[in-house]
Amino acid sequence: MLQLNRKGVNIKIEELKSDFGLVKNLELGIGQLIEEKWDEPMGPTPFPGMTTLREWDFKLLQRYKPFYLPFCDVCCLCTFGKCDLTGDKRGACGLNMAAQQSRIVLLACCIGAATHTAHARHLVEHLIEKHGGNSSIDVGGLNIDIEAPVTRLVCGIKPEKLRDCEAALDYCEEQVTHLLSSTHTGQEGSNLDFESKVLHAGMVDQVGMEIADLAQISILGLPKADPEAPLTDLGFGIADVSKPTILVIGHNVPSSVGIIDYLTDKKLLGKVEVVGICCTAHDITRYSSMAKIVGPISWQLRYIRSGLADLIVVDEQCIRADTLVEAQKINAPVIASSPKNCLGLENRTEHPSEEIISELVEAKVPGVLILDPDKVGEVAVETVMKVAPTRNKFSIIPKAEEIIAAGKECTACNECRRACPNDQPIPEAMKAAAQGNLNPLAEILESCIGCARCDSACPNDFPLHSFMVRAGEKSLINEKFKMRVGRGAIQDVEIRRVGGPIVLGEIPGVVAIVGCANYPHGGKEVAEIAEEFAKRRFIVVASGCAAMSIAMVKDEEGKTLYEKYPGDFDAGGILNVGSCVSNPHIAGTAIKIASIFAKRKLRANYEEIADYILNRVGAVGLAWGAMSQKAASIASGFWRLGVPVIVGPHGSKYRRMLLGRKDKEEDWYVYDARTGHRVYVGPAPEHLFTATETKEETMVLIAKLCMRPNDTSRGRAVKLSHYIDLHKKFFGVMPDDIHLFVRNMADIPITMKSEFLKILEEKGWKEKVIPDPTLLSRLIRERKGE
Amino acid sequence: MSAKAESWQKAEIAGPKKALLILKPEVVVAMIKKAKRPLVIVGHLAAEDYSDDVKMIEYAIRMSKIDGIPVIATGHTIKEFIKNGFNSAVYMSAMDIGVRLTDPEWKGLDGKGPYDLALFMGLPYYMEFVILAGLKSFSTNLNTISLDRFYNPHATWSFPNLSVKDWNESFEIILNKLGKN
Repeated sequence: MLQLNRKGVNIKIEELKSDFGLVKNLELGIGQLIEEKWDEPMGPTPFPGMTTLREWDFKLLQRYKPFYLPFCDVCCLCTFGKCDLTGDKRGACGLNMAAQQSRIVLLACCIGAATHTAHARHLVEHLIEKHGGNSSIDVGGLNIDIEAPVTRLVCGIKPEKLRDCEAALDYCEEQVTHLLSSTHTGQEGSNLDFESKVLHAGMVDQVGMEIADLAQISILGLPKADPEAPLTDLGFGIADVSKPTILVIGHNVPSSVGIIDYLTDKKLLGKVEVVGICCTAHDITRYSSMAKIVGPISWQLRYIRSGLADLIVVDEQCIRADTLVEAQKINAPVIASSPKNCLGLENRTEHPSEEIISELVEAKVPGVLILDPDKVGEVAVETVMKVAPTRNKFSIIPKAEEIIAAGKECTACNECRRACPNDQPIPEAMKAAAQGNLNPLAEILESCIGCARCDSACPNDFPLHSFMVRAGEKSLINEKFKMRVGRGAIQDVEIRRVGGPIVLGEIPGVVAIVGCANYPHGGKEVAEIAEEFAKRRFIVVASGCAAMSIAMVKDEEGKTLYEKYPGDFDAGGILNVGSCVSNPHIAGTAIKIASIFAKRKLRANYEEIADYILNRVGAVGLAWGAMSQKAASIASGFWRLGVPVIVGPHGSKYRRMLLGRKDKEEDWYVYDARTGHRVYVGPAPEHLFTATETKEETMVLIAKLCMRPNDTSRGRAVKLSHYIDLHKKFFGVMPDDIHLFVRNMADIPITMKSEFLKILEEKGWKEKVIPDPTLLSRLIRERKGE
Repeated sequence: MSAKAESWQKAEIAGPKKALLILKPEVVVAMIKKAKRPLVIVGHLAAEDYSDDVKMIEYAIRMSKIDGIPVIATGHTIKEFIKNGFNSAVYMSAMDIGVRLTDPEWKGLDGKGPYDLALFMGLPYYMEFVILAGLKSFSTNLNTISLDRFYNPHATWSFPNLSVKDWNESFEIILNKLGKN
């Protein structure tokens, strides 16, 4: 049997009589052919369009209603504007505030989905060009049967060869274009339809990310679902800076691979340091043990200004836009390597390498654009070896005496503090600096997100961020941690082992700690949250900058969490799946629980699988430092799949929450698939998207959001124990809503029975049925009278 | 007292409708007295020092004790209330109370009906900023007051950016005048 991809045309002729003879059973195909070896029948929603899953979205949005949080009252997206949308006003186009806010969320998610899809496209194109489209997709050998759970679920295809990925990317590109078009003036007018499209963008984003990671794992040989992926070095102080040092920043790894490959070919490995920031660092350490990680996204400016990097290579995403400006200050050449981030540099891709190297070494140009990863490798390595000796690690971090002098000049005008996202007391620290005490500046660095808005705001042009770096240099130099490199997917055997305990609630939950480093109080809180849940025998899964932050705390024995906790997908594990594009391994885990453990049909069967996850898989995402549009689209991919996401306080600036109302009983009914009866299941999970204020509140909420209607009594008792214990620990009191989560007496944790009984009596609690829960009436097996 | 309607975080520009400045603390007293159903929402920063000897949470407690205004504690602030011997605060997340305040059907903590005045203090500035923006556009019959010492433009009324001293003095006036009910 042959199947054409969605763009193909298939002609089947059973019998044709013509002048040249009789033709029987002729089948012609125009388009890409995918050999069908997958015996699972096609599900109901292959390659879903913008409205295919709208009914599912509306079910979610009926329960989890949008709460809009406008940044400002106006819309300024067209020349009708600016339009004041405050209250019940409408803009010149007729749009109201609710629709405008959801439109902005959709724009953010389109940016995110487009970014990951374009990332995947560039990566796949490069890998096909270099390794051929027939290269096999292999993310875990015999340990992985479902290699692409998201792509199988959404698209209904099973990518086996690299070129098969292109059909999925064609789909993503088409959908993002449609979605983006709906934000044009005079298109969509309903906030709920915008919200449905937000969920669609998130789902498409998951496909794009999955394809990117499948491709790089398979072709570049990154760890394949390895629970014991190696430990790598991470921290400001990990590089041997006596060597020429290349700093790579960004997300798309081919140019960094080009550097490692060139060093390998020329037998220069070990003679040049290759260090990275952000997700390129994740992926290059998955590729080579010789690479190291400086830190998350917020470490860019401190590392560049310190002068430790002799040459900087940027690829795409989350790179400071002023990298070239900052690099010039420390006399470090820059190589831009992505068409998405050219930095105004001349494209030298076709020029002879010797000529480019010479101009960079002699500082005739501050940087170059090279769109060939292998050439980047050659130019970067040859240049850095020549530049490093003359640069001599030139730094622009001021001396302590200069900071003290600046402290004396500072007028405490508060402009820096008022520019700081975290409202840090910089004027007070400058006052202390004037007295020779730099410790307050060092303390601020601990919570600093590295934005340098303080620098821009200072009327005296003091480089305040650099002051902090000098003040904190001792701890920076000692930043040396171990992080387990991204393991990639979760093995099928791991899913089989834990699928039951998760669905039944006996493993109290899966906590996915993901996202950027826009933290309110530094990254240590992320490590604290991770350890709290690992100790409680939840499964903690991490990716991106958050995975790095988890590594950046040591215990008394000098061990990081990755050294203390196992990397397998099991209770008490702390797993790093990898970079941003590795996030679908987390979504894929929930999907695989439905498929492998529960034997639900996976192929193009999105609605049923999402319904299964929402009602049964106690997984929660936490993006404590979410900053980017990509983080928005990643979160929305989880929402549509039924996984709630919490963001830190800065996440409130995403302008829309999806909140359940536990006080509205009518919102929490599901069908019992066994009988068709409508059954109250309590607010589980209570929210689909919310922002929390403090780490303490977050931990309480994580435990609570892990409850699901399908929990067995034993599982619910375990989950309630954690919820109550954390509530008492951090809030000092018993929660006031436990009666909503107790279905029958067996749900009550044994040690709390008397306490519970008193509360249940006060609340007028009545025993309830534990259903076979679903929101989909078509899944009711037998209808019985109410 | 400085009297500029200028956001504390300078880039946080609200739009055409900006909070009225509380130039005299008596305005707050009048608003509270006029309100039929006031509510105080207290974030975790209330438990952090604004000066050597006064914490915002103490003002919240005194205000509630004087006027019987119910207190919502967001974040983990409820623990701080209990530490301070005040057991009447109710925990609700900032987002949960925010969305309820946009619901005209919500009956409030005591089941007696919606609130008509919400006083905010101690939330992270930017978080309070967007919640107030949500309330400005999506609540009905609700006035909001930002009691922090920073101008928060999406409120109905807000203090301007104040020194700790001016802010403390304002609060003392508010509490004294409320006590003279």
